Amino acid sequence: MPPTLTTALVELHHLSFGYGDRLILDDVSLTVPRGKVTALMGASGGGKTTVLRLIGGQIRAQKGELRLFDSDGFKDVGRMDQATLYAARRRMGMLFQFGALFADLSVFENVAFPLREHSNLPEGLIRDIVLMKLNAVGLRGARDLMPSEVSGGMARRVALARAIALDPELVMYDEPFSGLDPISLGTAARLIRHLNDAMGLTSLFVSHELEQTFSIADHVVILANGKIATQGAPDEVRRSVDPLVSQYVNAEPDGPVRFHYPGPSVEDDFSAFAGSATGPARGKGGR
Amino acid sequence: MSWYRPADVGFAVRSQLAALGQGARLFVRLVSLFGPSMRRFGLVRDQIHFLGNYSLAIIAVSGLFVGFVFGLQGYYTLQRYGSAEALGLLVTLSLVRELGPVVSALLFAGRAGTSLTAEIGLMKAGEQISVLEMMAVDPVQRILAPRFWAGVIVLPLLAAVFSATGIIGGWVVGVLMIGVDAGSFWSQIQGGVDVWRDVGNGILKSVVFGFTVTFVALLQGFEAQPTPEGVSKATTRTVVVASLAVLGLDFVLTAMMFSL
Repeated sequence: MPPTLTTALVELHHLSFGYGDRLILDDVSLTVPRGKVTALMGASGGGKTTVLRLIGGQIRAQKGELRLFDSDGFKDVGRMDQATLYAARRRMGMLFQFGALFADLSVFENVAFPLREHSNLPEGLIRDIVLMKLNAVGLRGARDLMPSEVSGGMARRVALARAIALDPELVMYDEPFSGLDPISLGTAARLIRHLNDAMGLTSLFVSHELEQTFSIADHVVILANGKIATQGAPDEVRRSVDPLVSQYVNAEPDGPVRFHYPGPSVEDDFSAFAGSATGPARGKGGR
Repeated sequence: MSWYRPADVGFAVRSQLAALGQGARLFVRLVSLFGPSMRRFGLVRDQIHFLGNYSLAIIAVSGLFVGFVFGLQGYYTLQRYGSAEALGLLVTLSLVRELGPVVSALLFAGRAGTSLTAEIGLMKAGEQISVLEMMAVDPVQRILAPRFWAGVIVLPLLAAVFSATGIIGGWVVGVLMIGVDAGSFWSQIQGGVDVWRDVGNGILKSVVFGFTVTFVALLQGFEAQPTPEGVSKATTRTVVVASLAVLGLDFVLTAMMFSL
């Protein structure tokens, strides 16, 4: 049962989503508490990124309800028309896994892009806002570089500055820690926590990085096989006795999530050779 | 996919129809975004600069060489009938009515169309299109429409450059090198070329080709699989589909223009 929270920015009620017959999310209910840092964890292919894409309205759930900014009259994301969806998206920022900066624009212009698209602010004000946002991620000095000239970690910080350019209420991060060196990793984690508290944001991030995630998150949700395995404060999740959660949190190779890809049993596969001295028995193991 | 299983054939036909419908919807959207594109003319201007400038050299050089060849071939054919002074008219009518619009559209597909497809395809592969959507910016309006209208504006201009340099090429070979009388070369052009029936039809063709080539390039980029392989396939398809469409449409347009 999800814990009862007084104010939720995002609520998923019995949400199911799949491609064809393959269910990615199966009857998932969760809440993202306002003002908190929520982490979505779970094995690869468990539907974490799908949750972000559903909240952003890029894909629509087949069943269930996804309520966003409920107190402000917004309704189910899956039933919004384009104008309402765009109005909702203006209140959220999303950081993609590799930053996805516009390759033909400088760092400064990348951060200025949402401001130029959605406001008629004078140039001087745009400059001040962009430099403030770049300062917040420590890249004020890199304003004139092109995306091809910055490292992967820096590109993600630029993308973060761009995601918070319009002062969103909700910021979603898709695997912000993947492929980062230890210094950049620590920086990224502190930045998520710091920005959340300093700007009064609500943050939701997908991650595989146990240590950093448990140190900065207020609320951890673990997804497995399309369902929620557990959710709660980091300490509660760490103490969970659920075999799946325990396998994940302790990074054990085998457990409910199998090490071996499903196939014929070892006995079947290797006895196929025993029957014939010259080579594999045909028609036995092939099916 | 097997041709003897009705379910597979039905699926293939339905997929094709769906793709056709999506293409048609995108085309209608792009055309209907004329107003918004013109209101932010800076975006269109940048694309006109990009598409036009980068194609200008290849268009001008090709036009010049086509003109050279026309000057030579035309002279050797016309002098058999003792009408070498009609060389200017032959070169000009061929270029303005046919070769200018068609060849510049083919070159434009190869030079600018492929770069449009690759650009949009790579933006998609790099999640830049998704970023735009998540920023509540419509990628069709912000990215595709300015490029579309820039292509429609630029191709007739490039065709005009092609025809002009071609006529100069014909003049260089015919008048300067072979010695056809310069006065009759130019006066035949002046007297024999009709502004509406010849030049006007040529412009109309190049406008239609501008719509065709730019739309094909943008559609292929926008529908490309967001992988390196998908983008390279889409780029190849742009050249093939756009070239065939230009040649096919050219026949239809020419037939219609002669029948009017």
